[in-house]
Amino acid sequence: MSSRAQILAAVLANQPTILPMPAFQPFSPTGENSFDKFVATAKGIGSSVYFLSGIAQVKQLIYTNFSAGRIISPIEELSDVAEFDFADLDAHTLEDVELGVFKAHFGVAENSALWVTEDLLGKRVSPFICQHLMLLVNKTDILQNMHQAYDRIGAANYDFGTFIAGPSKTADIEQSLVLGAHGPRSLAVVILD
Amino acid sequence: MKVGLFIPCYVDQFYPNAAIATLQLLEKLGVDVTYPANQTCCGQPMANSGFEHLTGGCNTLFMANFKEFDYIVAPSGSCVLHIKEHIHTSNHEDDKNISGKIYELTEFLTDVLKVTNLTANFPFKVGLHQSCHGQRGLHISQMSELVEAPFSKPQTLLNMVQNIEMIDLKRKDECCGFGGTFCVTEEAVSAKMGKDRVLDHENNGAEYITGVDLSCLMHMEGILKRKNSKTKVIHIAEILNAS
Amino acid sequence: MIQELKDHATLADDFNKDEDRVGWHDDTLWWIREKRDKIAWQVPDWELLRDAASNIKDHVLSNLNPYLLQFEANAIANGITVHWAADAAGHNQIVLNILREKEINKLVKSKSMLTEECHLNDFLADNGVDVIDSDLGERIVQLAEEPPSHIVLPCIHKKKEEIGALFHKHLGTPEGNSDPQLLTEAARHHLRETFLSRKATVTGINFAVAETGEFVICTNEGNADMGAHLADVHIACMGIEKIIPERKDLGVFLRLLARSATGQPITTYSSHFKKPRENQEMHIILVDNGRTKQLGREDFRNSLKCIRCGACMNTCPVYRRSGGHSYHYAITGPIGAILAPNLDMEKYSDLPFASTLCGSCTNVCPVKIDIHQQLYKWRQVIVQNGYAPKAKELSMKMMAFTLSSPFVYHTAGKMGRAVLKYAPFTVNNSFNPWYKQRDMPEVPSASFGEWYKKNRN
Repeated sequence: MSSRAQILAAVLANQPTILPMPAFQPFSPTGENSFDKFVATAKGIGSSVYFLSGIAQVKQLIYTNFSAGRIISPIEELSDVAEFDFADLDAHTLEDVELGVFKAHFGVAENSALWVTEDLLGKRVSPFICQHLMLLVNKTDILQNMHQAYDRIGAANYDFGTFIAGPSKTADIEQSLVLGAHGPRSLAVVILD
Repeated sequence: MKVGLFIPCYVDQFYPNAAIATLQLLEKLGVDVTYPANQTCCGQPMANSGFEHLTGGCNTLFMANFKEFDYIVAPSGSCVLHIKEHIHTSNHEDDKNISGKIYELTEFLTDVLKVTNLTANFPFKVGLHQSCHGQRGLHISQMSELVEAPFSKPQTLLNMVQNIEMIDLKRKDECCGFGGTFCVTEEAVSAKMGKDRVLDHENNGAEYITGVDLSCLMHMEGILKRKNSKTKVIHIAEILNAS
Repeated sequence: MIQELKDHATLADDFNKDEDRVGWHDDTLWWIREKRDKIAWQVPDWELLRDAASNIKDHVLSNLNPYLLQFEANAIANGITVHWAADAAGHNQIVLNILREKEINKLVKSKSMLTEECHLNDFLADNGVDVIDSDLGERIVQLAEEPPSHIVLPCIHKKKEEIGALFHKHLGTPEGNSDPQLLTEAARHHLRETFLSRKATVTGINFAVAETGEFVICTNEGNADMGAHLADVHIACMGIEKIIPERKDLGVFLRLLARSATGQPITTYSSHFKKPRENQEMHIILVDNGRTKQLGREDFRNSLKCIRCGACMNTCPVYRRSGGHSYHYAITGPIGAILAPNLDMEKYSDLPFASTLCGSCTNVCPVKIDIHQQLYKWRQVIVQNGYAPKAKELSMKMMAFTLSSPFVYHTAGKMGRAVLKYAPFTVNNSFNPWYKQRDMPEVPSASFGEWYKKNRN
């Protein structure tokens, strides 16, 4: 018998009488203002937060903070300040990227996570391999919690998607928090009006 | 209301004063309380060591001693929890009946007698040790792990004692490390846990450590005595009965 | 490994030779437990969430066969190759076969407790495959040639000075420097080269969604993503119990996981892998390795609900003072103590006894596994199967004899409280371990029973 058949038969023989799937609970809202909560949480986990009113201001922010180094962004309006056509490059060639700028679908107030999918990233590796990361989210796209987040995602057909909350980090050495483990050393969250 | 007094074996043998205080306190509160002379032990030491199958004799004896009472009360959360969860005799109805009417002393006072005032006086600084089996097993107080409204049955009663000063602990409900046979089979960890627990009380100025379980208190007393500490242990019944 | 011959108590005794270090270990983990409490209190529905997570997992375990089939079908439709392994050896061989077919002999691996359970690294090393662990903590214990001591915090037992010395030796950091920032930066450079040069990666899986065939990996460092998005071959390994029914169930689990584990609101990355990249190979290995057996054990089945958050370790007063290595099993702490005996009851017969049954583990568990009740039940099973030490069995029989008879009990008691010999705290006392660090209780002149007879009858 194949391992597959063997395992499936053993599972069938040993699984108990079916227990019902619990009805989805209407988890109560926190009562807090989602927007304020999002900002406070983002700052609390080491992100910097900017309130900007348009792409021109985003460019200014990039100029001010990243005068040197390779910048990538699949956002067409930023193609004059960032490399736009990188999707067809070999992923390894992104190793020297200083800054990646991407749009996020939405943010989640309770943990400040931002949901991005492959189609917003150019390449899967891009928000991980860059030294610094900037994510743009519309102010109206801040949800309260993860239940709302998955309601919003629904049956969306992405190939890869990820929630990003803060810069890459580790506390493996004596629980001392260090930002910039393998991924970005910083995350700038830009909230667009 | 006829109450059977269940005095666990090590209380009977080593801490008779706690048993006497329990009896006197219940009598003071007008309870018709009797101590069946033929009782020994709940069987927990064997069961927790993996030998529950050897506890048949203890179970039968317990049933014979306590079956007829309306309530069974004991100054020990641990032994009460063991009987509640693990008494197995040939008669399941009897087992269920016992489980439903056995109470740890403080929960009996707050839940059944609904005591609202006591005449006790205890002018000392006291730290309350939350014994795990009473707390996490019998739920006589809220547990720090759970997101739930705080309450504590032992604390409610201690608040009725005059001149007592309760101290706060850094870790309010960490295990003391007694753990039955654990205290000898895992001597190093058990002793370290006990030392840490005792130090928390000492650092916060406790003159006495109290609690609902003498097993925990005995373990902590052993450590306190070894280091010649000024802090003493006392069972909660002795405080609630103090004048 | 030598230490596998020693039992928990002996290893804990070794660990306790340096009391200051035990205090440091205990305080570090307690701090994480406090962070967990603090953040749990910020979620108004915390206990309801735990209920929901527990119920979803109970449902999955009761319907696992159809869910596995559904997950497999969807994963295949997504372009993923699905493998099945009955045991650790089968799992390791599948990994090796995939690598051999691609002529790859270097691998980068992110954290997977399953691969620890299967001893994948040793097996691959024996077969000429070089493995580098990319999680910082795992890399540290790998350099130290030790197993992880904690499932979430693999090197929580190590002091930064020791890590500094390791990094000086292996990565060329300045001698005597143990600054976490500097050491992490050194590891970042070292592992970046690894990510950029390795053609294959192995990762674990936190959740696998039957409805969509996707799987989710949670990390703070981004190491799983760096490995997976740069490698030509991605092999993701999961125990068969990692399945959840629908994507929206992730909402429940992702709210609980990081809060329970480290007191964070969520991990930095929660990556959803649905399809391989263009020209990338993606494999999933579904592993049994004793899980179906545990599924058939009614009393222990729900240990399979575990989402590997490590909260039970952080809260366990014994774990904090005995260290993860004292459990001599890949999954340490209370959850390890109820999983390990399923695999080898004799070898791990000591673990369910390494607990005071205080119950704190059960209370913090985000999927409400009744861990301390299962520890109690394993004790009974282990004794029934004859794995209790003989001396203990004899003393227990003597105790049962004494306590079953009021006459024997009272006679023993009268003989100068001779019951002391069988009292719970001195049983099996050839040299009385109680007395090593504790005084005995003072023996009163009369028992309560004797006092009562005199004063109330």
